[in-house]
Amino acid sequence: MGGYILKRLVSAVPVLLGITVIVFLIMALIPGDPATAILGSYATPENVEKINRDLGLDKPAVARYFIWLGNMLTGDFGRSFSLNRPVLDEVLERFGATLVLAGTSFVICSVLGIVAGAVSAARQYGLADKAITFAVLIGISIPSFFLGMMMILAFAVERRWFPVSGMYAIYGGGDLPDLARHLAMPAVALAVVATGVIARLARSAMLEVLRLDFIRTARAKGVPERRVIWHHALKAAMVSIIPVLGIQAGFVLSGAVYIEIVFQWPGIGRMLVTAILQRDILLVQGGVVFVAACYVLFNIAVDVVQSLLDPRIKT
Amino acid sequence: MHLKYWTRRAVFAATGAVLALGQLGSAPAEAQTPPGVLVVGQIAEPKALDPAAVTAVNDFRILMNVYDGLVRYKSGTLEVEPALATGWEISEDGTVYTFDLRDGVKFHDGSDFDADAVVFNFERMLNEDHPFHDTGPFPLAFFFSAVDSVEAVDAQTVKFTLNEPYAPFLSNLAYPTGLIVSPDAVAQHGADFGRNPVGTGPFHFVEWRSNEAVVVEKNADYWDGAPALEAVIFRPITDANTRVAEMLAGGIDLMVEVPPVALSEFQSDAYNVVEQAGPHVWFLILNAKEGPFADKLVRQAANYAVDKAALVNDVLEGTAAVAAGPTPPAFAWAYNDALEPYPHDPGKARALLAEAGVESPEVTFYVTEGGSGMLDPVAMGTAIQADLQEVGFDVSIETYEWNTFLGEVNPGLEGKADMAEMAWMTNDPDTLPYLTLRTDAWPDKGGFNSGYYSNPEVDALLEKARVATSQEERADLYKKMQVIVQDDAPWVFVANWKQNAVTSDAVENFQLEPSFFLLLDDVVKN
Repeated sequence: MGGYILKRLVSAVPVLLGITVIVFLIMALIPGDPATAILGSYATPENVEKINRDLGLDKPAVARYFIWLGNMLTGDFGRSFSLNRPVLDEVLERFGATLVLAGTSFVICSVLGIVAGAVSAARQYGLADKAITFAVLIGISIPSFFLGMMMILAFAVERRWFPVSGMYAIYGGGDLPDLARHLAMPAVALAVVATGVIARLARSAMLEVLRLDFIRTARAKGVPERRVIWHHALKAAMVSIIPVLGIQAGFVLSGAVYIEIVFQWPGIGRMLVTAILQRDILLVQGGVVFVAACYVLFNIAVDVVQSLLDPRIKT
Repeated sequence: MHLKYWTRRAVFAATGAVLALGQLGSAPAEAQTPPGVLVVGQIAEPKALDPAAVTAVNDFRILMNVYDGLVRYKSGTLEVEPALATGWEISEDGTVYTFDLRDGVKFHDGSDFDADAVVFNFERMLNEDHPFHDTGPFPLAFFFSAVDSVEAVDAQTVKFTLNEPYAPFLSNLAYPTGLIVSPDAVAQHGADFGRNPVGTGPFHFVEWRSNEAVVVEKNADYWDGAPALEAVIFRPITDANTRVAEMLAGGIDLMVEVPPVALSEFQSDAYNVVEQAGPHVWFLILNAKEGPFADKLVRQAANYAVDKAALVNDVLEGTAAVAAGPTPPAFAWAYNDALEPYPHDPGKARALLAEAGVESPEVTFYVTEGGSGMLDPVAMGTAIQADLQEVGFDVSIETYEWNTFLGEVNPGLEGKADMAEMAWMTNDPDTLPYLTLRTDAWPDKGGFNSGYYSNPEVDALLEKARVATSQEERADLYKKMQVIVQDDAPWVFVANWKQNAVTSDAVENFQLEPSFFLLLDDVVKN
């Protein structure tokens, strides 16, 4: 097992290097530069040149790439010019906020999705199955930012149950209940689509398993139906559900961008959007590499968990 | 099958979840902000709170409450009055400005404001060898590129020597780039000064919680009288719809840049809507070098063809006024009241096209997706396209993201497009025409005259106005310039934006300034 994990980690290195090249190239090739973004209408060639010099952008691209990569390997992600602070400080802070949001959402969508899928499969074509399928279809079809906006109007403006936006109250607050109140709406809005997708796939995975011989054997032996579904079938179905969870974790993470904008969640998605518009090259590069690294690691973790669950997967 | 059992469990779970949510929601959604603390909904996170380092109006809104300049705009106007300087003298030839400084003013960190502090501020920005020049970059330092030297004559007197007469100098000092920072604080914080600002203004900085809030508190010793508010909290809320929702839910007391479509939400007694026209002009650059718009008649035809009233009233919901010429009326002293906007007259436009001998001229039109001061550029561009098609133009739109758009438009439209959207907000009537309408401001000479307009008469008027030191003389020259430019029609003059804001009814004494700055020292919150 240790060897397997090590092998996977080593194979992640070229992936991450590839990501640094891609994100660097994208930022180097998109039109517009930081100086123009800073100066706006005042961007004369002379002013642009001066700012680029101050930001160290007058060096050739290849040199800039290796300087950046070298610095990053020593833990120095550079300084964001648009925020006037070290990239890593900002990225860690914002990524923390995103993890709280996406993590909560992920738990919600995994639990609800798997339970709904399992119930659906157990009651195939029954009332519960139809109700769940219908709800899932609606959930998948509503864009999360729209749902978020509607939730704000309904539960923060009309009825002031929850705060409209932000992560903590602006005055007082800052404790866990405060965070929970701010987290409730964005986490649910973000979870809805993924819940639907997981429920659908969990349902078909369960249906497949429920047709297998060992389920029939279990039933024939008189194992209670509840135990057949939740113990025998679900455990077997998890092998095909878990990779879906891994993919959905990525979707939740990227879907967080919209939700972060609508709910003004101080997460990394919103940070990246702003940074791209301002051509804050180091912040975009640092942010993307960081998120990509986390995603790669998460997928490795999922594969490891899966191999633990399914003895057929050779490690 | 144990259907009953299952269903009951589901019902229990659901009930539990609803109860838990209700518990969470039953607490007050937002702790009430106490009286005297004003929460302002900003449009973005500030970049930095160092006035020399920033360029965005969003940042200026905070800065103007923390710092003072040597001079400032008189309330409700764009005319300069004393602030940290009590008075000044301008030499006969307009190249030496001597300021008397206010006595006994202290920075928030307790250090003295004096002539040395002024010298430090300008040296830091302008002199590449200054020990703290590396706390930049200072993108708008060129506002003071005419400054040759700054000297402290004595503790209370400072002398600026310019390399040539430069009339907008005083206006530029009133601009946020001219705000005075504490040298001690710069020395202490270095490059982090932008997150630890120290000035002399009505409020002093308390904390900056990234992406959450910037908090400033009352400066009880303010030289111009302590402000009425105890504290101001600036909250960045980038999404306009969310900003509106926060305002409706009571999470903020004041919001700026209300989207036109949301104004109707605030038509009750619980809110006050404030608006103020500013030094902004929204126009279409026409390529006067090649293509159909090389002909003045065709340029005039475009001005007649575009229904500006419909744009400002329907597309912009009344948040802008029809522009008559290149200078916004907010520069009251330099604006030519006699100027009438081109009326919407499709018949006249067709007649001019016929007279010019062009039939359905093909036009490439650059439209931006957004950008500072660009209002609603896609909707406006589409409406303009329809208006122009109506009189016989054949318009194809190309849309770009703002930074890409600037990268295409600023180097000049030649060989690419016939027409492009553009908007400017400036602080002096000199800036916009000087940078965009002179022959010497063609892109290859480092200016922003992307449509290659050229009229020697306009060039002469603008050069003369720049070196004139009396305001009357300058006003006269600008007024003449406006008449000529309107007739030459290098642009389609479209709109002057009215900035708006909404406050809750607890807020009193709030007004917007033509400068678009947000000044909060007189504001009261009950």
